[in-house]
Amino acid sequence: MNKIVAVIGGGVAGLETSIQLEKLGYKVNLYEKDSELGGHAGKWDRLFPNRRHATEVIDSLTSRIKDKVQINLVATVNQIKRENGSFLVEANGKSQKADAIVLTTGFELFPASKKEEYGYGIFDNVITSAELEKMFADHGKPQSTTGKTPEKIAIIHCVGSRDEKVNRPYCSKVCCVTAVKQAIEIKEAIPTAEVYCFYMDLRMFGPGYEDLYKEAQVKGVNFIRGRLSETSEMEGSRVLIKAEDTLSSKPLKMTVDMVVLMVGMSPLPSTEKILKDLELSPNNDGFVQVKDYHLEPTHTKAEGVFVAGACTGPNNITDSVNAAHSAALEVHKYLTSK
Amino acid sequence: MDLHAIQIPFHPFVLPFTIGLIFVAFYIIGKWIYWVSRFSWEDKKKIFVGLFSLKTPQAIWEVFMESLLHRKVFQRNTLLGYMHMSLAFGWFLLIIMGNLETRFFTHGRINPPYIPIFFEFFEHNLVSLDYGRFFTFTMDLLLLFVLSGVGLAYFKRFRSKPLGMKNTTKHSTIDRLALTALWLIFPLRLLAESVTAGLYDAGGFITNSIGAFMMTFLPLHNFYYASWWAYSFALGAFFVFVPFTRYMHIPTEILLIFLRKYGIAEKNIHSTYTQVELSSCSRCGICIDACQLGSDLGIVSTQSTYFIKSMRYDKPSEMLVDSCMACNRCDQVCPVGIDIASIRANERKMIQLFQENSYKYINGYEYRKAKVAYFAGCMGHLTPSVYKATLALFEKAGVDYNFIDRDGSICCGRPLQLTGQEDAAKQLIEKNIKLIENCGATVLVTSCPICAKVFTDSYKLKIPIYHHSQYLLKLAKESKLQFEKSDIQITYHDPCELGRGLGIYEEPRELLSLAGNLIESNNSRENSLCCGGSLGITNLTQEQRNTIASITLSELAVGKADVVATACPLCKKTFKSASEDIRIADISEIMLGAVQKSANKLISKEVNKSVIINN
Repeated sequence: MNKIVAVIGGGVAGLETSIQLEKLGYKVNLYEKDSELGGHAGKWDRLFPNRRHATEVIDSLTSRIKDKVQINLVATVNQIKRENGSFLVEANGKSQKADAIVLTTGFELFPASKKEEYGYGIFDNVITSAELEKMFADHGKPQSTTGKTPEKIAIIHCVGSRDEKVNRPYCSKVCCVTAVKQAIEIKEAIPTAEVYCFYMDLRMFGPGYEDLYKEAQVKGVNFIRGRLSETSEMEGSRVLIKAEDTLSSKPLKMTVDMVVLMVGMSPLPSTEKILKDLELSPNNDGFVQVKDYHLEPTHTKAEGVFVAGACTGPNNITDSVNAAHSAALEVHKYLTSK
Repeated sequence: MDLHAIQIPFHPFVLPFTIGLIFVAFYIIGKWIYWVSRFSWEDKKKIFVGLFSLKTPQAIWEVFMESLLHRKVFQRNTLLGYMHMSLAFGWFLLIIMGNLETRFFTHGRINPPYIPIFFEFFEHNLVSLDYGRFFTFTMDLLLLFVLSGVGLAYFKRFRSKPLGMKNTTKHSTIDRLALTALWLIFPLRLLAESVTAGLYDAGGFITNSIGAFMMTFLPLHNFYYASWWAYSFALGAFFVFVPFTRYMHIPTEILLIFLRKYGIAEKNIHSTYTQVELSSCSRCGICIDACQLGSDLGIVSTQSTYFIKSMRYDKPSEMLVDSCMACNRCDQVCPVGIDIASIRANERKMIQLFQENSYKYINGYEYRKAKVAYFAGCMGHLTPSVYKATLALFEKAGVDYNFIDRDGSICCGRPLQLTGQEDAAKQLIEKNIKLIENCGATVLVTSCPICAKVFTDSYKLKIPIYHHSQYLLKLAKESKLQFEKSDIQITYHDPCELGRGLGIYEEPRELLSLAGNLIESNNSRENSLCCGGSLGITNLTQEQRNTIASITLSELAVGKADVVATACPLCKKTFKSASEDIRIADISEIMLGAVQKSANKLISKEVNKSVIINN
C-alpha cells in the first residue's frame, strides 16, 4: 500500500495524525509553515493542569515519528488542486500528490493590538499570555521592560474571546485555566507579588482545573469579576487599569507593574485560502466547519478532506490528540474503501 | 359669448373646483394664522422686523428657486429635478398665463378664479382675437411641459432608478388617492380642451390637432360637458385632499422658507414651528437612499420621511424614534431643508431615563491645572495610540500642555444628548464646566469630535476649543512642527460630528496633505458616510455595525489608499473592528509618522556620513 496522505500543520494535532497514519501504513507528507514542529504548544513553557513542561509532550510526539513521514519545514501550502480523484498539494513551488488531506492548521493567538484600549503594543508593560510563557522559559519569572521584577500584576481574561466588538463572540476555553496556572506560577516565582485576575466567568471544565483554581486562591491570587475597560501609562511605565468590580458594582482603578492579556484562539487567516481551494466554508466563528458536530467531528463536507485540532475551534491538547486519532482512523476507512 | 359684457359667465361644472379651492384656501390661511399666533414673542418680533427687510425679497427668491424650480432636486438628479420643476413651475406658469390671457381678453376685468382655469369652455374663439394665436400656443406648450412631468412621475412609480432613486416612499392610501387626483388633473384638462377645440376648431397646436383627430371617429359633443365636469372634479378633489396629505407641503414650504429667512429655528422642544416643518415634508423619499440603515442593512421603514409623517399625524413608535444613527446625512440631502436632526433629538427627549441625582456619585475627579488643556475623552482613552501620538507631537512642538483627564474624566455628555437624555447630559455638563474652568487653561484641545461638538455647542466656555487636527495644523503653521511629505496615499474619512456636526472639513485635509497625498472618496465632506459606530443609536447589533463599517471602508479604500485616516477615535475603533486588512489610523498617528520620518532621515544621513568617513 503506497497511498499518500497530506497533513497540513505540524502542531500537536498534525504530529499525532502523522504518527497514527504512519502506524496504519500510509506515507505521510507533513507540511509545517514554521522552521520547527510543535506549533503553539512547542512555544509554551508549562502546561495545565499538571504543569509539566511542554517540551516533554512535543518531544514525545516528534520522537514517535518514523521515516515514512516526509517532514516539510518552512513549507506554506499555497494551493491544493483536485486531480483524478486525488489531490495535488503545492508548497514552496513543489507539487506533491496526495490521496487524502488532513487539515491540522491550528489557530493564531488573538492579535491583542485589536483591543486597542488595553494598550498592547502601545504601553511597554502590557504583554500577552504567550509572552509571559516565554519569560518563564527564559528567566523563570516575569520581567518588566526595565528588567525589574514586577510586584503587582493584573491578568486579564477573555481578551479576544466572548467579545462581539472584535468579532470573537465565542469562548476560547483554555484561557481561564491558563490564567489560573500562570497566576500560581507568578506567585511561586515572586511570592511577594500581588496578582489580580479580572474574569467574566471562570470556566474550569477539565479534570484538575478546579483544583488549580482552588490552589490559586490558597496562594493568595485575587479574583475580581469584571472586564477591563481601559489602560493608560503612568510614571515609570506602570499601567493604570480601569475596570468594574461587578460583584460589588463599583468602578475600580488600579496601578500595576504589568498587565498580562489572556489572548484567545482565533481562526488562522491562511487557513481560509486552503478552504477556498477545497470549496469549503468556515463556520460562524471563522474556524473550519466540520461535517457533523456530534457524529462526524473530523470529517469535512469535501470528499477526502479530514480535519483535526484547533483549526476547528478552541481546543486543548487532549482534544487535539483525540481528534487526531479519530481523523487518522477516518482517513484509513476512506482510503481502504476507495 | 361676449366676455367683456357685464355678465360674468357661469356653469355648474365649475362648482367642484370652486368649492375645493375655497376650502383649501380657508384651511391654509387658518393654519398659517394658528401656527404663527402660537410663536413666542421673540419669534413674532423676528417676523415683524424681517418683513420689512431685505430678507423678504431673499425669501421670495428662494421660494422661486426651491418651490418652483426645485434647484436642490436638480443638483441631485437632472431628470428628478425636471420632473418636480415641470409640475410645479409648469403649473405655476399655466396659472399665470391663464390669468394674463383672461385679463387680456376681458380688458383687465377681475374674474372669479374659475374663469382662467376653464377659459376654453367659456371662450371658443380665442384664435380670432388679437394675440389669440400667441396665447393658445403658449398655453398648449405649458400644458405639454406639465404633462411631461406627469409622464415622468408615472414612470417613476414603476422604475425610479433612472431618476436617481433606489427607494421611494411607501405612501398611505389617502396619499395615493390624492396622487391619483393630481395625476388626472392635467390629462383631463388636455382632454376637455381638446374636445372643445375639436368641436369649435379652436385651441393651440396640441389641443387643436388632438381635437381634430378625435372628431374623425368620436361623437365629441357627447363628451363635451362630461370632460369639463371630470376636469373640475379632479381639481376639486385634489384641493380637498391637500390638508390631509403630503400635498400640504406645497403651501407650507413657502411659509417655512419665509420663517427660516426671518431667523426662526427649532427650539429645544417641539413648537408650532415644528408643525410647519412637519407639514413641509413632501415625502419625496430622498432621505431613504441617504440613510445607511437602508442602503447597508436593508432597513427601509424607519427613515426620516416616515418619522416625520408619523410625527405629523400621531406619535411615532419607539422604533421610529430610536432607529437613527444621528449622522445627519438626511438633513444634508433634504431638498426642503427640514431640521430633521433637531426634531428627532427633541422627540427623543420625551423619555428621560435618568433621575435628577443620577450622577451624585461623581465627585472624585479633578482636572489638573494647565495652560493648554488636553482632553482625550472616553473614546480617546479607548484608543491610547491616538492621544499618545497627539501628545508626542505636542512634546516635539514644545507645547506647555497638561493631559487633564489622564487619570479619568466624566463623560462629556454628548452620547446622552444624542439619545435624548437631556437632563442627565445637563448634570454631566455642569460638573465638567466647573472642572474645566478650574483647571485654568487658556486653550482646550480634544481628540474626540464628539466631545468637541458638545464643548462648542453646550458648554459656553470662555476659552477657545480646538479639535486636535485644528491645533496640530496651527502648530504647523506657526512652524512649531515640521513635517516631511512622503508619497503615502491617504484617504480621509470625515467623522459625522466633526464634519456635518462642526463644519470642520478643511483643517484635517490641510494637515494630512503635509504628510502625504490625499485621495478623495466618492462620499466625502458633507456627504461623508457614517462609520457605523454612532452613539446616537442603541438598537443595532455589533454585526449590523460591522456591516455598515465594512461598506463605508470599502467606499473609502476605493482609491487604493495606503491608509484610511480619520480624526475620531470612535471611527477608528469601529473601522478597526470591521476590517483586519486595511490600515486605519488617526490623523495624529499619521502626522507623528511624518515628523519621525524627517528625524529618521537626519539620523540616517549622519550614519551615511560616518560610513563614508570610515571608508
